[in-house]
Amino acid sequence: MPEAIHKPPSERAQRVFIYSVLLLFVVYFLAPFFVMFITSIKTMDEIRNGTLIALPRQPTLEPWLKAWGYATIGVTNEGIRGFFWNSIRMVIPAVLISTIIGAVNGYVLSKWRFRGSDTFFAMLLLGCFIPFQVILLPMARTLGLLGLSESVWGLVLVHVVYGLAFTTLFFRNYYVAVPSELVNAARIDGAGFFRIFWRIMLPISTPIFMVTIIWQTTQIWNDFLFGVCFSTGETQPITVALNNLVNTSSAVKEYNVDMAAAIIAALPTLFVYFVAGKYFVRGLTAGAVKG
Amino acid sequence: MLETALPKLVVAPSFVVMIIFIYGFILWTLYISMTKSTFLPTYDFVGLVQYAKLWRIERWWVACRNLLVYGGLFIVLCTTFGLLLAIFLDQKIRIEGALRTIYLYPLALSFVVTGTAWKWILNPGLGIERLVREMGWTSFTFDWLVTSEMSIYCVVIAAVWQSTGFVMAMFLAGLRGIDDSIIKAAQVDGAGLRRIYWKIIIPSLRPVFFSSFIILTHIAIKSFDLVVVLTRGGPGYSSDLPATFMYAYAFTRGRLAMGAASAMIMFAMVMAIIVPYLYSELRRKRHA
Repeated sequence: MPEAIHKPPSERAQRVFIYSVLLLFVVYFLAPFFVMFITSIKTMDEIRNGTLIALPRQPTLEPWLKAWGYATIGVTNEGIRGFFWNSIRMVIPAVLISTIIGAVNGYVLSKWRFRGSDTFFAMLLLGCFIPFQVILLPMARTLGLLGLSESVWGLVLVHVVYGLAFTTLFFRNYYVAVPSELVNAARIDGAGFFRIFWRIMLPISTPIFMVTIIWQTTQIWNDFLFGVCFSTGETQPITVALNNLVNTSSAVKEYNVDMAAAIIAALPTLFVYFVAGKYFVRGLTAGAVKG
Repeated sequence: MLETALPKLVVAPSFVVMIIFIYGFILWTLYISMTKSTFLPTYDFVGLVQYAKLWRIERWWVACRNLLVYGGLFIVLCTTFGLLLAIFLDQKIRIEGALRTIYLYPLALSFVVTGTAWKWILNPGLGIERLVREMGWTSFTFDWLVTSEMSIYCVVIAAVWQSTGFVMAMFLAGLRGIDDSIIKAAQVDGAGLRRIYWKIIIPSLRPVFFSSFIILTHIAIKSFDLVVVLTRGGPGYSSDLPATFMYAYAFTRGRLAMGAASAMIMFAMVMAIIVPYLYSELRRKRHA
């Protein structure tokens, strides 16, 4: 920012203004989460008689217990926990497989280029941007043929396939910056394809693994479109279950349970964000192309 | 010999997967959009009949008009707030790190969570309406969520909340990359701070404006989850977007061919902005 050489009195007013605007936005960004949280620990009576921002007079954990363990979602009365585990069972293999394949692909496309490899990369890059609506119908057919529709493994397959373009892009762009002399020297010394990957590339890849894993984890955990199209009932991921809970037209709408369930659905990605925010933001800007 | 074949062998599976699952599937969808498929795919070619029909469906027009309104406001508001926050954060703010963390956390949330939160806040019975009434303005009404003409604006509010931080991060990175010496020179020439921003700094952020425009447009066209959770496309189909239209026709109403046709139009919209963008990006990199 431009250096202020001397501070006229109006500078002070300007600082106050800047800080006020920044703090106003803090309120704007935090308010929804604050409202969600206090709603989740109120009783329905308090919710009906109070306002959005009224603090709970008798905080209760009941909505959380109900959301987790015995709220009615679809046809079951077992809360959101089963769907939470579905999401975990889906995210872990999908992230690991897509990241590993992406790393190897990126290595080839940056350090072992061949005729056609740039075309391959360009085609893959374009694949990052397609609106998924355009592959939903054939994918649904394919999963049916493979006998994977309505299973968590079907979703794993979908997330690996459509995550590949992205993980490859991440690793390729990271490895391009690694000096090729390093690789060439190792080749002259007789090191092979996998040895160079193992001994030279992997040891310097921790940051890009962090970025990719975090990116993929949040993307896949937060996915709704694939979940809603390719799973039913018991195999649905948590985002789909949350939508079912929130949008069921039951006689009594339990906002406190809805909010508790929403926070539960948000906790894993929020945790990742607060623990590894640096890598999260880096993935965001590296993955800016995807949005 | 193996050494030269090995890299190709290693990427071959990904190549095959890409050809089938991306390009093959797009062609399949394209073909289905030119049939009369209803609940199950049929393969009798009928040409562009579905596309012609699509543009005669009132609901599709509503979805496209909504996309214009929603996309336009979403892009303008995210860019304005994002730029404002980035410039203000770039004024040697002591708690910058903490502020950035707060502005960016909505990006870690699923649109389903965001939608749930805003559905509650904007609900006419107990939400903001009640809050303002309790504060003394007893005739205040705020029922956009259940009003056909206004429900799409609720989607805008929630989407802007979620994505502003992202645009801010991009602009902040852009600001940090500006050469200080140009600014110092302008200061020596006696230009005021505001003038420097308007005349020098903001114009030099043009590439950031460009990429954030592309990304936001892309997000807008693909928007689906937020509408489903917040309004379910309603009341009626008043807040439908192309993505929710496609889902309704292809997955719940059993009109596969029509759903495929709408998906192809979404695909064309995205490609119309992405292909020139990628082309210029790749060219820029090659020249750099």
